[in-house]
Amino acid sequence: MSSREKILAAIKQHQPEASALPSLTGLSGNMPGTLEAYRKVLEGLGGVLFEIKAESEIPAILAQQYPGLQRVITASDIQRAWANEDPHLLEDVDMAIVPGQWGVAENGAIWVTEEDIHARVLPFICQHLAIVLPRERLLPTMHEAYEQIGAPQSGFGVFIAGPSKTADIEQSLVLGAHGAKSLVVFIIG
Amino acid sequence: MNRQTADHATLADKFNEDEPRVNWHDQTLWWVRAKRDRMAWTIPEWEQLRDTASSIKLNALGNLHDYLLQFEQQAQQNGAIVHWAADAAEHNRIVTDILQKHGVKRMVKSKSMLTEECHLNPHLEANGIEVIDTDLGERIVQLAKEPPSHIVLPCIHKKKEEIGELFHEHLGTPAGNADPQFLTAAARLHLRKEFLQADAAITGVNFAVAETGEMVVCTNEGNADMGAHLAKVHIACMGIEKIIPQRKHLGVFLRLLARSATGQPITTYSSHFRKPREGQELHIVLVDNGRSRQLGREDFRNSLKCIRCGACMNTCPVYRRSGGHSYHNAVAGPIGAILAPNLDMKDYADLPFASTLCGSCSNVCPVKIDIHQQLYKWRQVLVKEGYTSTAKTAGMKVMTGVLSAPGVYKTAGKMGRWVMRAFPGMVNNRMNPWYKQREMPAPPAQSFSEWYKKNKKST
Repeated sequence: MSSREKILAAIKQHQPEASALPSLTGLSGNMPGTLEAYRKVLEGLGGVLFEIKAESEIPAILAQQYPGLQRVITASDIQRAWANEDPHLLEDVDMAIVPGQWGVAENGAIWVTEEDIHARVLPFICQHLAIVLPRERLLPTMHEAYEQIGAPQSGFGVFIAGPSKTADIEQSLVLGAHGAKSLVVFIIG
Repeated sequence: MNRQTADHATLADKFNEDEPRVNWHDQTLWWVRAKRDRMAWTIPEWEQLRDTASSIKLNALGNLHDYLLQFEQQAQQNGAIVHWAADAAEHNRIVTDILQKHGVKRMVKSKSMLTEECHLNPHLEANGIEVIDTDLGERIVQLAKEPPSHIVLPCIHKKKEEIGELFHEHLGTPAGNADPQFLTAAARLHLRKEFLQADAAITGVNFAVAETGEMVVCTNEGNADMGAHLAKVHIACMGIEKIIPQRKHLGVFLRLLARSATGQPITTYSSHFRKPREGQELHIVLVDNGRSRQLGREDFRNSLKCIRCGACMNTCPVYRRSGGHSYHNAVAGPIGAILAPNLDMKDYADLPFASTLCGSCSNVCPVKIDIHQQLYKWRQVLVKEGYTSTAKTAGMKVMTGVLSAPGVYKTAGKMGRWVMRAFPGMVNNRMNPWYKQREMPAPPAQSFSEWYKKNKKST
């Protein structure tokens, strides 16, 4: 008997009687899905938020916030030779600007998928990250987020909430562990 | 690493030799626990969330056979290669075979308590494969040649000066620099090189969704993603109990996990791995290693609901003052103490006794595992099976005799108070375990029943 069969047989023999799945209604309570609520949580995580009317405003804001950016990649550009190259070559990206699909006010997370970023490693390997999110895409909690996202369409998706961080040394919070050292969220519209 | 043979009390004694460090450890973990409380209080539905999470996990355990098959089928359809490992040895063999097939000599690994449980690192190293742990805390303990002491905060037992020294020795940072910001930046540079060179990446799994065949991995550092998205081969190692039924259930668990663990609203990254990247190989290793046995122990099967947040450790008065290494198991603290005896009753017979049974662990558990009750039940199993020391059993028998005979009890109390007054040295000495780290109280002049007789108002 293979390990697979052995394990499955043991589980079948030992698993408790099947119980019903609980309902998920009412778990969101009255959590607000507002921009104010989102901003407060994001800033608590060390992220920065800008409200803009059009994507064309982004370069000027970034130039002001991050003087000296060399390699900036905008994931939504139609010209993106980098998307077909070895992902290791993204190592020198200073700033990546990627589209977000849904934002979650309760925890600051934004849902980002492979379709939109083209190279999975992009939002992690860049030194700094900017996410562009349409204003009407803010939701109160994770429950609404999964409702909206629905069945998976892409091979990879990630909720990103703030810049990468660690507190492994004596619980001192340090922003910039292995992923992006900072995060800017542009709320558009 | 090496299996320790000393028991919890002995190892805790060692940890307690450095009192300022114990106090720091105690207070720091309590601070994390307090952050968890503040975060939980911002969610009025918190208790409902815990109940829901617990019920989803119960459903998952009751349908584990079918959910695992569904997960396997979905994962294969997504292009992943699924392996089944009955025990730690088979898990290690499977991982080694994959790496050898690809000629991997150096690889990166993000946090996985399962690979710690299986002692994968020493096995790979014995096969000539270098493993670089990439979670900062895990890298630190790896450089120190120690196991992690906490499942979420692996080097919580270390002071920054010691970490500065380790980095000076291994990464060439200036001697005497112990600034966390500086050391983290140094580790970022060092590990970036490793990410860029690694041929394979191992990650753990926080949740595996039966419905979609996808795996969710949560990190704050981004190390799991840096590894998995750059390497040609991604191996995800998971215990079979990580299965949850549907994608929407992730909402419940992701709301609970980081809030319970560190008091953050969510981890920075909650990555959903479904298909391998183009040109990449994705392996999933499903590991039993005693889990199906635990599933059959009615009193203990709920321990398989654990989502590894570490809240029970942060709140535990014994863990905080004895340190993670005193549990001599990959998972320390209260949850480790109810999981470990299932792996080996003899080796871990001491752990269920490393508790005051205060119940704080059960109160903070996001999936409502009855941890303290299981600790109490394990004690009974271990005594019955003969895994506890004979001295303890004999002592308990004497106690039973004294406590069940009022006359004997009264005499013993009188004698005790007299001895403490007349010969304090008899109790205030190192032979008496109650004297360790504390002064004995002054003996009362009389027993409660003597006092009661004297003061009782006539009715």
